[in-house]
Amino acid sequence: MRVLAALSGGVDSSVAAALLQAEGHQVVAVTMKLWGGESDTGCCSVSEVEDARRAASQLNLDHHVFNFSEEFEQHVVEPYVADHAAGRTPNPCVECNRHLKFDVLLRRAELLGYEAVATGHHARVVTLLDGTRRIARGADSAKDQSYVLYTLTAAELERVLLPIGTMTKDQVRERATELELRTAVKPDSQDVCFITRASGRAAFLEQRIELHPGRIQDQDGTTLGTVSAVEVVTLGQRRGLHLAGGAAARYVVDVDLESATVTVGGPEELLNMELELENLVWAAEAVEGVMNLQCSAHGPALPATVTIDSAEHDRSRLRVQWHEPHRRIANGQSVVMYAQLDTTSGTEQVVVGGGLVR
Amino acid sequence: MYSGSTPRSESSWLADLDHASTTSLRPEVAAAMEPFGALRYGNPSGSHLLARDAVRAVDEAREQIAGVVGCRPSEVIFTSGGTESDNHAITGGLPPRVGLPICSAIEHHAVLDVVHALGGLTVAVNSAGQIDQDDLHRVLHRVTAQGSSIGLVSVMLANNEVGSINDLAAVAACLLEQDSITLHTDAVQAAAWLDLRSTAAPAHMISLSGHKLGGPKGVGALVVRESTKIRPMLLGGGQERNRRSGTLNVAGIVGFAVAMMSVDSQREATNQRIAALREQLISGLLASVDGLIETVGRSVQLPGSCHVCIAGVDSESLLLLLEAEGVLASAGSSCASGAREASHVLTALGVAQDSAQGALRLWLGWDSTQADVDRALLAVPAAVARVREFGR
Repeated sequence: MRVLAALSGGVDSSVAAALLQAEGHQVVAVTMKLWGGESDTGCCSVSEVEDARRAASQLNLDHHVFNFSEEFEQHVVEPYVADHAAGRTPNPCVECNRHLKFDVLLRRAELLGYEAVATGHHARVVTLLDGTRRIARGADSAKDQSYVLYTLTAAELERVLLPIGTMTKDQVRERATELELRTAVKPDSQDVCFITRASGRAAFLEQRIELHPGRIQDQDGTTLGTVSAVEVVTLGQRRGLHLAGGAAARYVVDVDLESATVTVGGPEELLNMELELENLVWAAEAVEGVMNLQCSAHGPALPATVTIDSAEHDRSRLRVQWHEPHRRIANGQSVVMYAQLDTTSGTEQVVVGGGLVR
Repeated sequence: MYSGSTPRSESSWLADLDHASTTSLRPEVAAAMEPFGALRYGNPSGSHLLARDAVRAVDEAREQIAGVVGCRPSEVIFTSGGTESDNHAITGGLPPRVGLPICSAIEHHAVLDVVHALGGLTVAVNSAGQIDQDDLHRVLHRVTAQGSSIGLVSVMLANNEVGSINDLAAVAACLLEQDSITLHTDAVQAAAWLDLRSTAAPAHMISLSGHKLGGPKGVGALVVRESTKIRPMLLGGGQERNRRSGTLNVAGIVGFAVAMMSVDSQREATNQRIAALREQLISGLLASVDGLIETVGRSVQLPGSCHVCIAGVDSESLLLLLEAEGVLASAGSSCASGAREASHVLTALGVAQDSAQGALRLWLGWDSTQADVDRALLAVPAAVARVREFGR
């Protein structure tokens, strides 16, 4: 097969490309240049492009750089800023996978005559008994990235290869060491690539929107302190509030942008039984019933009953009823639904869809 | 499929239409350079016989280049290439020249970025890619009216993206109205085509590069007329009469000189042949691709340059499809990360953003052939159609 392998400059994607090449595919490597600004999180910088290029040349693969910085700005950075301005907590990595890796890149690959795009995600593409594809968890449960891939539809998965999904991270590093890839001992990248660790989210947002100082109160309305920017405070947040010590742990239980007020309370205030999702994406057809829902990249998947809210036909929403009280999830966060389905390789937890907390 | 190395000689299927980026070494250049590897490897800064042999080779090369440029041998300072020459000329060395530098808005970054770093000003260009004389007047007056002095004016002889040629005599005439202002020209692209004895004569300083005209990479020259003051930018051993320290790249200098002489001796024939090929290329493209426009008119271009903008097409995709058909082209000048960036040249020319997205530079060189043009005329319309079919 003619495969376009997305090389980020990290170890996972380098090994993914190597495995496909070893299987006899015609592999060409590509690095997407997404972010032109400052970065210290090990993503998209010039040194990452160089690492990718060197890894490709070690594998004797041709290597291209695609400049998708405009698309990244449009589909990832601008919505990220707008979400924060509206008091939501976005997940830019989900949007990047959805719009850049598996839309813009997939279309570019098709244009150039490639049959598939490969990435180094820790997840697997499985085939259901009806022949359609789904995302399943990666073999390394601690590194599983199926959550950030939930927007891929069964149709898109026909043209997606995730070669390292069957390996643990240790196995990936071992393989990289065997191949003497320079990326073998690189630390994992993390955090949002366009936000620098040194100065953080607020410093980034400040360049684009006005941030507002706010008041922190308890549930009786007593003022406990202040925050420099309410736009970066998230439901459930505990750290960074600088509340006077001594008292029991307090969490953000409400953020009201209009009055610039952050309300804190005990952990029990964070629990509830219901959740509503919007911006739904389904792998194939919409489904209802009991499923396991995961609310963060590496969090647990817990059982809930989901029903499609038929009251809103045009913009369908999903009502989630947790089986046990569940921590409340900030608006804008992705919730991914997994169901136990029969696949050609046995029964598996596969991604059937997901949406954003409303 | 990529095999690790695909030199052009082993892969005649490649049509290299990216001669503005670089050119292949002329055979006579390679032959002239060869002895300066293992045999005549002396350092011309020394005094023994190997050193004297190297001095002689450099002296000869300097005279040959001076002959082609139309300057005195003592006016040629060898450098590492166009970028160093431009930086040296604009800064004036260490410490930098007094006064603000001024340049055209479509200079190569090796000029433009230095001018910006020194707080200088840029002058608009017309839609043909030539410096706007009226705006030059305005900028000069504005600087002097503020009580500032003008350090130098830099106007490229020919642009590296669209191939437009400037009339330096007209620029010099404009400068004469002020006190004698130093005129620098980046002739890196022009030197492969134009007779510098006449076209670059009005310039006090001229930047040149070896690899754009069939010579080696990593060598170039800054020509500084005797009447013009320059301080060294690189300090050290005092080579090049204290104007540029650093051991001379003898093999490179020898090759550079041979390439300059080849350009000069073959100029008439090459320019005529290549201009005819370019005419075929551009008229063929205009006839076969809807929404394709010439970025600047052919009458004021170098014989080998061809730059077009294609509506509704993303040049990054286009270039990849062309490469798959063996046609090597570019969207603009090369950039560090390997991906395309919006071109300051097209912006200054007033090309609309949508057109600039579909910029395509097909630049012929001394060794371009009819087969290269034929291949491009087959590949470009097909690639454009495919990009349009897939949406950009």
